Amino acid sequence: MTAAIESTGLGRRYGRQWALRDCTLRIPAGRIAGLVGPNGAGKTTLLHLAIGLLEPSAGSIEVFGISPRRNSKEVLAKVGFVAQDHPLYRGFRVDETLELGRRLNTTWDDDVARSRLARLGIPMSKRCGDLSGGQRAQVALCLALAKRPQLLMLDEPVSSLDPLARREFLQELMTAVADTGCTVLLSSHVLADVERVCDHLVILSNGSVQVASGIEELVSGHRLLVGPRRTGGDAVAGAEVVQATHGERESTLIVRTSGRILDPAWEQHEIGLEDLVLAYLRNTGAGTMPEPELAGAGEPR
Amino acid sequence: MAAIAFRLDGRSGVPTYRQLTRQVHRALRLGVLERGDQLPTAREVVEALAINPNTVLRAYRDLEQQGLVQSRPGQGTFVVDVPPGPSLGDRQALRRGLERWVRDARRAGLDDEGIDTLVDVTLRDLASEEEIA
Repeated sequence: MTAAIESTGLGRRYGRQWALRDCTLRIPAGRIAGLVGPNGAGKTTLLHLAIGLLEPSAGSIEVFGISPRRNSKEVLAKVGFVAQDHPLYRGFRVDETLELGRRLNTTWDDDVARSRLARLGIPMSKRCGDLSGGQRAQVALCLALAKRPQLLMLDEPVSSLDPLARREFLQELMTAVADTGCTVLLSSHVLADVERVCDHLVILSNGSVQVASGIEELVSGHRLLVGPRRTGGDAVAGAEVVQATHGERESTLIVRTSGRILDPAWEQHEIGLEDLVLAYLRNTGAGTMPEPELAGAGEPR
Repeated sequence: MAAIAFRLDGRSGVPTYRQLTRQVHRALRLGVLERGDQLPTAREVVEALAINPNTVLRAYRDLEQQGLVQSRPGQGTFVVDVPPGPSLGDRQALRRGLERWVRDARRAGLDDEGIDTLVDVTLRDLASEEEIA
């Protein structure tokens, strides 16, 4: 299976400060991957390294097996990028913006762009600066999609949008994926959206990859345990504790396990993605998760 | 228009593909979906719910493996079977038994939450018994 993005020991330093460090991950083609982590975790840096806006300070990154810095033309032809806050030339009209995209890109599907915007009721004659936030986001998405990218990367695409515009944006994005089968990598703080649209997850914290996995494997590999509080630590046979919270008599643990917990003292529950992500974000020492084998699970079409 | 429209409970913690398969199971049991009915196309579901297309395909693949639906290339996904379950008569008898039990439980002082907990614990205990057996 080809990887859309593959990085090995990837790092980027600004002065003495490492924004991203020893980042090794693989995002298979056909996935919709979510990139989450606190502000300053290195999400934007990773995206910028993947499109070749930044040069790695260490290690390497490849997009469909090609280096985005050394072969930037080749990579840019395959990649669409929607930067944070959907920057557009505010003085340009929508049709002028499309014309700019058409002239600047080697591949450009003007019909796709125009019919998409018409369906959304976005007038061609309006200046981008006069559009609503949701409309600007849709125009930015439209520009990225008109390139017919094999990989679409979006930096916080919905963070500035109201709930309705957010949903409409994701509808457009998911419909586009259904139509084209492109791979997506999007960073977001909205975990509910990530849960809704993504099938792959990368958690970054303090510039390191904490988790990189298919979401189904990730969720099925964790359990929420409730049981009587024990003296002598939180160890559970056959599992690694990600988070432990204690009452005086009862403990709640989030554990990573490859099988079932056999100890009958623990009441076992499935855990939702949002709670799981929060547990990892809270406990940044919970260790880097090795990339699990993805064979057979949730294969892309 | 397709026979059913899917909905999602974002707070349930149940994986999306399983929410979709459950809704189909439920619709089949209730007779809302019958043999020959067409499920919404993947694209329709994606457009309506803003979810990952792979998730819809995953749900449909599961249903196909269960022998309940069949995807016909270029046409769509159709219901071909209804899941085996108790007959109508059995179901009514079970339901009457359950009503009796719920009344007993209320008389014994259990509220709805207490009943929920007891049902959960019992299901779990029986499940682990079966696993050991």
